[in-house]
Amino acid sequence: MSAPATPPAATTASTTGRILPNRLQSPLARALRSWEALLLVVFVLVFAINSFASPYFLNAWNLSDATFNFTEKAMIAFAMAMLIIAGEIDLSVASIIALASTAMGLAMTAGAGVPVLVLVGLGTGLLCGVVNGVLVARMGLPSIVVTIGTMSLFRGISYIILGDQAFTGYPKGFGYFGQGYVWWVFSFELVLFAVLAVAFYLLLHKSTFGRAVYAIGNNATAAQFSGIRVARVRFLLFLLTGLMSGVAAVCLTSRLGSTRPSIATGMELEVVTMVVLGGISILGGSGTIPGVVLAALIMGLVTFGFGLLNVPGIVMSIFLGLLLISVIAVPRLLRRK
Amino acid sequence: MQPVLSLRGISKSFPGVKALSDVQLDLYPGEVTALIGENGAGKSTIVKVLTGVYQPDAGTITLDGQDLRFPTPDAASAAGVTAIHQETVLFDELTVAENIWLGHAPRGRFGLIDWTAMREGAKRLLDSIGARLDPDARLKDLGIASKHLVAIARALSVDARVVIMDEPTAALSHKEIHELYELVETLKAQGKAILFISHKFDEIFRIADRFTVFRDGQFVGTGKIAEVSEGKLVQMMVGRSVDQIFPARSHNVGEPVLTVAGYSHPTEFADIGFTLHRGEILGFYGLVGAGRSEVMQALFGITRPSKGACRIGGRVAVIRSTAEAVEAGIVYVPEDRGRQGAVKGLPIFQNVTLPSLGAVSRGGFLKMAEEFKLARDYTQRLDLRAAALDQDVGLLSGGNQQKVVIAKWLATKPRVIILDEPTKGIDIGSKAAVHEFMAELAAEGLSVIMVSSEIPEVLGMSDRVIVMREGRIVAEVSGAAMTPEALVRAAAGIEEAAA
Repeated sequence: MSAPATPPAATTASTTGRILPNRLQSPLARALRSWEALLLVVFVLVFAINSFASPYFLNAWNLSDATFNFTEKAMIAFAMAMLIIAGEIDLSVASIIALASTAMGLAMTAGAGVPVLVLVGLGTGLLCGVVNGVLVARMGLPSIVVTIGTMSLFRGISYIILGDQAFTGYPKGFGYFGQGYVWWVFSFELVLFAVLAVAFYLLLHKSTFGRAVYAIGNNATAAQFSGIRVARVRFLLFLLTGLMSGVAAVCLTSRLGSTRPSIATGMELEVVTMVVLGGISILGGSGTIPGVVLAALIMGLVTFGFGLLNVPGIVMSIFLGLLLISVIAVPRLLRRK
Repeated sequence: MQPVLSLRGISKSFPGVKALSDVQLDLYPGEVTALIGENGAGKSTIVKVLTGVYQPDAGTITLDGQDLRFPTPDAASAAGVTAIHQETVLFDELTVAENIWLGHAPRGRFGLIDWTAMREGAKRLLDSIGARLDPDARLKDLGIASKHLVAIARALSVDARVVIMDEPTAALSHKEIHELYELVETLKAQGKAILFISHKFDEIFRIADRFTVFRDGQFVGTGKIAEVSEGKLVQMMVGRSVDQIFPARSHNVGEPVLTVAGYSHPTEFADIGFTLHRGEILGFYGLVGAGRSEVMQALFGITRPSKGACRIGGRVAVIRSTAEAVEAGIVYVPEDRGRQGAVKGLPIFQNVTLPSLGAVSRGGFLKMAEEFKLARDYTQRLDLRAAALDQDVGLLSGGNQQKVVIAKWLATKPRVIILDEPTKGIDIGSKAAVHEFMAELAAEGLSVIMVSSEIPEVLGMSDRVIVMREGRIVAEVSGAAMTPEALVRAAAGIEEAAA
């Protein structure tokens, strides 16, 4: 434990009584005891074990390749984290990717160029977010029910349009979002991931909107009784999640170069896993973006490391499940003692 | 006649509050005793002592000449004391018979429930109170009055000798109330002793045989209804020794700040109109459920009135959300502090700045130094007791959480502050501090609306008092007309001529 941070000089001369310090603990002491610190330790461990286990691990290009298995999920996870902190959830994100990708395929068939394709992808995501947002925030339906419904609805539309067909033959320039590199080993997706991580950090931890999100997640009624526009914040969060699913749809479609209605199946649970592993309380009210970033990196490294060792996918998912449970259980067990 | 149940010298204290102090109560077989008193007189506490929910600190409970203790609610019900509560605790998804017998269902072989006996028993109990209900009907398909009958049948299923009815008519229609009166007659005829708690004088005089009056947790008097007048009862209820000192106030009120006209809501209130002036404390008195909080929450943008207009400083204010209310300068300190007060889980300073985020941010981004400054300025003024400003509000005591809520609102520089039962459940010392502070705010020119069910507080603090009953304003009193009797009469709907 550290000494309390020194309070600044008294602000008003006229006030009486004792002066409350700003903080009981310095920010550094708090950070060292945080969930994120624990995740950082896990990250370093996974990195070290991987380096010993496979000679191919410590290679810039291999590591760069490995980032593709989490960047798209992480983009959605940032928005999902805010949604879960606010006490809501969106299980339709993977289906939004399917619908957005299908819409892009239709646009491509109609002869759309790259900028239009991107706009169609983002617009479809946004539109799906509006549907979820209206049902939850305006009509007051529970988000888990609504988004289980729209999960079937959105993907169902893709299946009706595509059947067992696929859209292929996207224009050449479109491949940049999923396959291009900004500089050296840094792919477009990796750079976008980093930029979004910073943007979401600022939005959640430094903006008035982020504060409202935390207030709603801790007690929506009291937040409303404090003058917060609860319904509007919830609506915007669904919009944001829809938009980020659209962004992920553009990247994923570009990377695969084709659209099938089964695209991104099951991704919603991987996104939620990433968010929960990142220390976001599934009950809402707490968690941070740095936690989600670390969780994304850990999940990416574990998947990559196991891939190098030719571990079958099913074992990988067993390991991720155990990791999730133990990372959540261990601190709770330690605290009990 | 010998009483079935006698309570003598019962006292019960909670931290900071003496809820009951040396009270007595007698209940007679085949008679209805009305328990009368203001909100906070100790009526609910005595019911909880009688039903084994609370253990008295001192005193005796005598049933048929035997001293008894009710260590648990089960013990009370086994002894034949049963209560029908204001909000009946029943299970919507279960049948009528299951609701009646839950917890003490007749058992058959192997300890399994004897469904036949249960249905027949339920039928017998329902018949005995003249209720024609199907024992197999699901409770959710029944109306509120039928649910009450089920609750009563449930109360009788334990072979009750003493039946407590806590404001049983509060949620019933006119016709249903009459059916309930008939039921009370039936129970009397069966020799049950009935304790009837009500705020409505007309029904007390209609069905009670005896009365007992409590005031501030103390026994005031008892007697036969036939030998007492309404005026005498009112006097017993409110007449008090002046033991609370309220801050001296100048009563200098300024120009109108808030004007409300024709405010109506489909179910909660109708045609509410009043004017609030600068520097004024306007009291709102009424019984629980009179619609006072609902009016205040409509003014604060929680619910929307169906009709009516509200002007602030002469300009029409459209308030569709709490955010718009805060912008217009109306803020509300809720009665339900646990749910609607401070946001537990957030630190103190974030609670204080929550409605003022615009003032502590630039371009949507928060300035933490300004947040701390704003929080410190206002919490210090209220003498908040805490370890640091980044402490979780949930760790503070109730009184200090209330201070955080008030600090949060003062930081928005409001024109009107509405305090809903600001001193409910807090100890005498803190009460005085809240009263001091209200007087100070009014003196600085803030307009205060105080919703309170405590007559001394309403009379001691207010410049004017508005009394509400059943969703309407029934009286507005000021100056010398502000007497306890006037408030109680208006709130309970007693005609002047009946005095």
